[in-house]
This record gives sequence, structure tokens and C-alpha cells, in this order.
Amino acid sequence: MNALETQSLSKNFGGLWAIRDVSLKIEEGERRAIIGPNGAGKTTLFHLISGFLFPSSGHISLLGREVTRLQPHQRAALGIARTFQVTNLFQKLTLFENILLGVQAIQKARFCFYRPVGSFRKMMGDTERLLKDWNLWEKKDVFLKNLSYGEQRQVEVIMSLATKPRLLLLDEPTAGLSPAETVLVTSIIKGLPREITTILIEHDMDVAFEIAEQITVLHFGSILAEGSLEQIQGNPKVSEIYLG
Amino acid sequence: MLKGSVFLSIFFALLIIFFPSLFSSYYVGLVIQIFILAIFAMSLDVLVGHTGLPSMGHAAYFGVAAYATGFLYFAGLKNFWLVIVLGMGFGGLTAAFFGLLAIRARGPYFMLITLALSQVLWGIAFKWRSLTRGDDGLPGIGRPEIGMGIDLKPEVHVYYFVFVIFLIVLAALFILLRSPFGHTLRGIRESESRMKALGYHVWLYKYLGFIFAGILAGISGVLWAYYTGFVNPSNFSVDLSVKALLMLILGGSGSLFGPGIGSAIIVLLENLVSGFTERWSLVLGVVYVAVIMLFSEGIFSILKRGRN
Repeated sequence: MNALETQSLSKNFGGLWAIRDVSLKIEEGERRAIIGPNGAGKTTLFHLISGFLFPSSGHISLLGREVTRLQPHQRAALGIARTFQVTNLFQKLTLFENILLGVQAIQKARFCFYRPVGSFRKMMGDTERLLKDWNLWEKKDVFLKNLSYGEQRQVEVIMSLATKPRLLLLDEPTAGLSPAETVLVTSIIKGLPREITTILIEHDMDVAFEIAEQITVLHFGSILAEGSLEQIQGNPKVSEIYLG
Repeated sequence: MLKGSVFLSIFFALLIIFFPSLFSSYYVGLVIQIFILAIFAMSLDVLVGHTGLPSMGHAAYFGVAAYATGFLYFAGLKNFWLVIVLGMGFGGLTAAFFGLLAIRARGPYFMLITLALSQVLWGIAFKWRSLTRGDDGLPGIGRPEIGMGIDLKPEVHVYYFVFVIFLIVLAALFILLRSPFGHTLRGIRESESRMKALGYHVWLYKYLGFIFAGILAGISGVLWAYYTGFVNPSNFSVDLSVKALLMLILGGSGSLFGPGIGSAIIVLLENLVSGFTERWSLVLGVVYVAVIMLFSEGIFSILKRGRN
């Protein structure tokens, strides 16, 4: 089964084709990087897949289900999680509360309005385990806005893992990180369980090549090339747009 | 420092309990107003402080419940418990209807739509004379019966009764805000798009929060109608909606006690300053500007800052 399939997907912003006739097939368990110059439509493509934007034409199916007209939260319920290019977290809540909101998202208890949140043992336990696994437990009571940028980028990833996704969309997870932090986040993503299908937008070619087996190159909203690392590296059209 | 705050809490608890025997009935009346408007400000804080929805028309639900109390009184219904349930129901229903129209919008648009909707009700109260008697309002609403052998005629009894209702609302709010539901509302306040990406049905949570705020506002509207014995279009006014917002700004929104502190400051300022000068609203304006400039998280934040 394909984790993601798009058919002739297009998005038009008042005359500008941000995405034009994109047909993608990504198998379950695959790790795919989507690369391309600024303005190629990478983030727009993510918005279309996750439901934050609706396409002008074309179809999207996720994990075998047609989702073209579903809202973001309905797609998330099917097992899709995403991160954001510009860090999008709960700045005035603590690290623990941040991760807890991710854990709570897939529990029925999320609608409970009379029991204290701390009395849900499973949710508290899951949150604790995630933070300990990622070596951030000792910072659990720190307000998110007081964490370093590098830590916040990690929290972006951890929070989306808290919803136990089957398909993970990572929008430039290493954007703005120092070289050392980039190495750390890259190794974290490489270490994710294989059953989570991962689609990654990357600006940094080295990171993309490190993580992904298959690469799709977007240019002006369309697919310019697709294939393995060697095929992409050897593709003259790709070197042309990257090297000018 | 912890010892200090315990001492402070005990002091306030004793002050509230013995207040009627220490001060004249004029001041007892002021504290009753503080409690009722604190409930109103707390209901607004569910939206403003906890969900991040800046409503400018919160008087709508207060006014609907107040008018409902008036109509029910003159229809011969004197049982407080029945009226308060109906008042909460009317507040909640109005919010359920207005929420459908308002929650689609965000930020300033949300403010303007909630303002416009509350003005529609104000217009009805003002113009539909055959039903509402226009700006004459409905005077002469008597005190209700609450059973349990308690008579609400003496002011002191009203004082303790309103205080108990205030505590019940405070407890309800405390429970809600600690629950997963309250936690979700704060997540929405911080980032709607992130909550959507996590799989939360953001609209539904906002809508439920909106209705809950309308129900709580209904409680304050019913109490106000009984306490003042008079309902009129000002119960729907922008003035009242904005006053509740000012209470949150002064007392600090998003906290449990902030709205109550804000209510105390505004009611006391209004009544005490107006004893000295007719220009009391000017004084209030200056205080408001000063608080925004000096303590953007409310006067209450001084205590927190002191603790750190």
C-alpha cells in the first residue's frame, strides 16, 4: 500500500501555480526527501498533503484513503503528523505540557472536562517516556520559550511522534541549526522506527542525502526529477538549477 | 514566601467572612457587586485568557440572562434555582447561536463580530418597547426564594449567598482548567495550527468553550438582575463588555484569581472615586493606561514577580 499518493495535484494562488500537476507515489516505510530551490512549492505541497490548504485540482490519498477534502485534524486522525518550517509550538506552556498535548491528541480523554489531567496515568507515563528517551526530562518544567532554538526544533519532531504517526512530514527540521545541532537532529531522524514513512523537505542537500533513499526534486511547482541518490546527483537538470 | 501567601489567603478569607459585621451596608453592597461582576469577568476569561478569543460582546449572555430573570419574575416564577438554570440555559443557547457566526473569524474580526452581535441584542432591548419597555427597562424585580429556610431580603444574606455562588463558579472553573479539556484550550490559545496538525478539532473546542463562557455569564446576569432589582438595555451594552475586558487586563487574564481582583479594582475605583469627583472615568482611564504600560500581565503579576 502507498502511504501517500497524489494525482495531478495543482494549487493556484491567483494565477500563480505554486504546485502544478504533481503526481507522487510514496510507499509505506519509505524515506523520501523533497528538495528544490526557494519558491519551488515544497511547503505548499506539505500544506496540501496535511490539509492546511485545499488543492485547486487533483487528488490526494493517504494510507489508502481518499482525503482530498478532509480537514487537517481528520487527516491527523488517520495517522499523519507534520512539523513546521517556522517553529510552531506552545511557547507559554512548559516542555512537559507541550509534549502532553501531543500525547493527549490521540486519547479519548482529550474531551474530559472534570478530571485533572495529571490523573491520567497513561498520558503522563507516555509523556515522561518520550522526554526521557530524548534526554530532555530534566527540562520538563522549563517554559518552551526559554528552550534553545535547537531544542525547540527537536521538540517539533518529538511532539509529532507523540501522536504515533504512520506518516511523518518533516518541514526543514534542520533549518537554522548549527552544524553540531544539524548532526544531532539528522541522527535522530535516521534513528526513527522504519515503519514510520517519512517525507522530508530539506534545503541542505547533505542532510537530504543522509536521510532519504529516494529524492524528488521540485522546480517551479512541478517535479523536475525523481530517483535514487545517484540518479539525482548525476542528473544534469538538477545540477543546473542548483548550480545555475 | 509560601508562608506569606498562606497568611494572605487566610487574611482575605477572614476579611470576606467578617466583612458585613465590620463595614456599613454601603460597602457590603459594593462587595456583592464585586462578586457578581467577578463571575462575569471569569466567564469572559475562559475565552480571552484561556482560549485566546478576544470577545468584545460578552454582555450579550449577561443581558439575556438578566432579561430572562426579569420576564420570569413578572410571569410569577420566584424559585431561584429554576431561574438560574434557565438563565444559564439562555446564556448558553445565545452563545451556541452566536458562536456559529463568530468562531469562523479570528483576531480583530472576531472582536468586531462579537461586538456587532451583542449590539443587535442591545438594539432589541432598546427598541422593542412592547416587549422590553425600551430604556425604561423592567424595574421592581423582587428577591427570589431559595428554600432551605433562608430569606434573601436582608442584604447580609444576599452577601453570603452570592459569595457561595462565586466560590462554586471558581471551583467549576478550577476543575475545568485542570482537565484535559482546559489544557486543550490553552494549546489553542498558543497555536491553533499546531493543534490542528496534532489532530484536535479546534473549531469544536472553541465552540464548546464559547458556550461554556455563555453559561457562566448567564449566572452573573441572573444574580445582577435580582440584586439590582432592575434590568435595562445597559445590561447588553458595550460599556459592560469592555468593563469585563478591563477587569481582565487589570487583574491579569488567564489566571484563576485575576478576574476577581480586576473586578474589585474597577468596582471600588468607580464607586470610591466617583465620591470625590465627577471625572471618575478620567481617573479610571489613567489607571488603565498606567497598568498597561507598567504591568502588561495585570496588577496580580506584581505578586508573582516578587516571588521570583
